[in-house]
Amino acid sequence: MPDPILHISGLEAHYGDFQALYGVDLEVAEGEVLAIIGANGAGKTTLLRSISGLTQNDAAMVEYRGEGIGALRADEVAKRGVALVPEGRQLFPSLSVEENLIIGGQIGRKGPWSLEAVYKLFPILKERRAQQSTSLSGGQQQMVAIGRALMANPDLILFDEISLGLAPIIIKDIYAALPGIIGEGMSALIVEQDISKALSVSSRFYCLQEGRVSLNGPSATVAREDISRAYFGVE
Amino acid sequence: MEWVNAVVQGTLLGGLYALFAAGLSLIFGVMRLVNIAHGDMIVLGAYLGLSVTAILGIHPLMALIIVVPCMAVIGYVLQRSILNQTLGGDLLPPLLVTFGLSVILQNALLEIYTADPQKMNAGSLETASVSVGGLSLGVLPLLTFAIAVAVIAALQWTFYRTALGRAFRATSDNQEIAQLMGLNRRHIFGLAMALALGVTAIAGIMLGIRTSFDPSIGGGRLIFGFEAVIIGGLGNLWGTLAGGVILGVAQTVGAKIDPGWQLLAGHLVFLAILAVRPNGLFPRISG
Ligand SMILES: Nc1ncnc2c1ncn2[C@@H]1O[C@H](COP(=O)(O)OP(=O)(O)OP(=O)(O)O)[C@@H](O)[C@H]1O
Ligand SMILES: [Mg+2]
Repeated sequence: MPDPILHISGLEAHYGDFQALYGVDLEVAEGEVLAIIGANGAGKTTLLRSISGLTQNDAAMVEYRGEGIGALRADEVAKRGVALVPEGRQLFPSLSVEENLIIGGQIGRKGPWSLEAVYKLFPILKERRAQQSTSLSGGQQQMVAIGRALMANPDLILFDEISLGLAPIIIKDIYAALPGIIGEGMSALIVEQDISKALSVSSRFYCLQEGRVSLNGPSATVAREDISRAYFGVE
Repeated sequence: MEWVNAVVQGTLLGGLYALFAAGLSLIFGVMRLVNIAHGDMIVLGAYLGLSVTAILGIHPLMALIIVVPCMAVIGYVLQRSILNQTLGGDLLPPLLVTFGLSVILQNALLEIYTADPQKMNAGSLETASVSVGGLSLGVLPLLTFAIAVAVIAALQWTFYRTALGRAFRATSDNQEIAQLMGLNRRHIFGLAMALALGVTAIAGIMLGIRTSFDPSIGGGRLIFGFEAVIIGGLGNLWGTLAGGVILGVAQTVGAKIDPGWQLLAGHLVFLAILAVRPNGLFPRISG
């Protein structure tokens, strides 16, 4: 296996007194696409928040390219090349579609992604560029959220339930675009409720259950019943 | 004709009120901070102007070149060192802290400058007037109004046409996601306060040229600023200018009816508008 771009060891995360993650260990290799699955409340979003710096923990718990980033603020993590497509899209309502994209690129990292590249990927956004971001359909908003993250030219991109609340046909479109996105040498972590979708685009997966990794392995060969056991915790 | 005169003078006075209000409006818009010390910061701007004109022997308007950046630096440091600590969820801590700041500022000014009323001397600018259509308009109120329009236009441009303004709006929309874009909200808030106090410095100097001031008058300026912001609608800069003008006109027309009614008329119009339009006349279209 090539050097890991992300190395998580013994990650514990809290919301006040509530502990959401219990000693999570996880590794992402350079250029690898990893799926994170798990039931509602398993801690998937918390894991992505901990990586991106929205939830701060001990520095050594999250290592990115060999540097402990667990205690850094989100803006410091972003500058190092980690981008998050947040759960529920969370576009900036006071910004137009194009401004939402531009602000994603404001971080000033060099790479293949630019306004033109994003518009080429999602041509509809070019037509809607001057509109208020909240006036778009759910699928189009998700495209903006993905484009906004890409504009930072990240080395590691985190997707949190990009299919949530979207029509199946839109989900298909977005997943069809995914290889073109990740193909540029980026590493990716994909959190998804739809297990077969998640497994089909990833090389390995981790299943979370109540804040712990209950199963992990290659996506292609995993048995269905193993997954349901790891997912729901039924014996 | 007298009534027309009252309305015109009130409109020009409204320019000054809009200057009082702009900084208040800006920081509330960006970080939902209600700055109780805002009026005292206007007075601080006036006193800094006084000191600069006295020490360097320059015209008060020239003092802007020094006082505006000074106040901006004070704003940034204040925000980074104290006010950022009070933000996050609860509205009460920033209110209490800025209230404390207001008391401290007043007492510090009292200690340094005493309670004697002061005024900046702008020479012939204070008495110069032009006559337009039978009305005699003071050059100073006209200039103040023009500056207010220019300041609001510049703020509007900054908000909607620059990367800094985009960062202000994004941070105001969603602080967490803004952090993901590489924006450090503490720094962004510092810049917003710097900009707000820069504008406040202009307000203070225009005030200090127009009337005499002493360390105790901050509270009154805060109220005028508040009223202008609320009348115009929170988060709308042009609305703030309109709010200032409505307040100014209400006061001068009230004073025309009975000289004792000047302030009361302003407050009554404010309350009336609040009763009919609780969100102000031109609330920002949200979402
Ligand atoms: N802000 C918060 N404050 C307190 N507890 C929280 C907070 N956010 C999440 N939790 C709790 O932490 C646990 C993990 O939540 P998390 O959002 O990470 O789960 P998830 O796997 O992303 O779930 P979902 O599939 O519903 O998005 C849950 O029990 C949740 O109730
Ligand atoms: Mg989640």
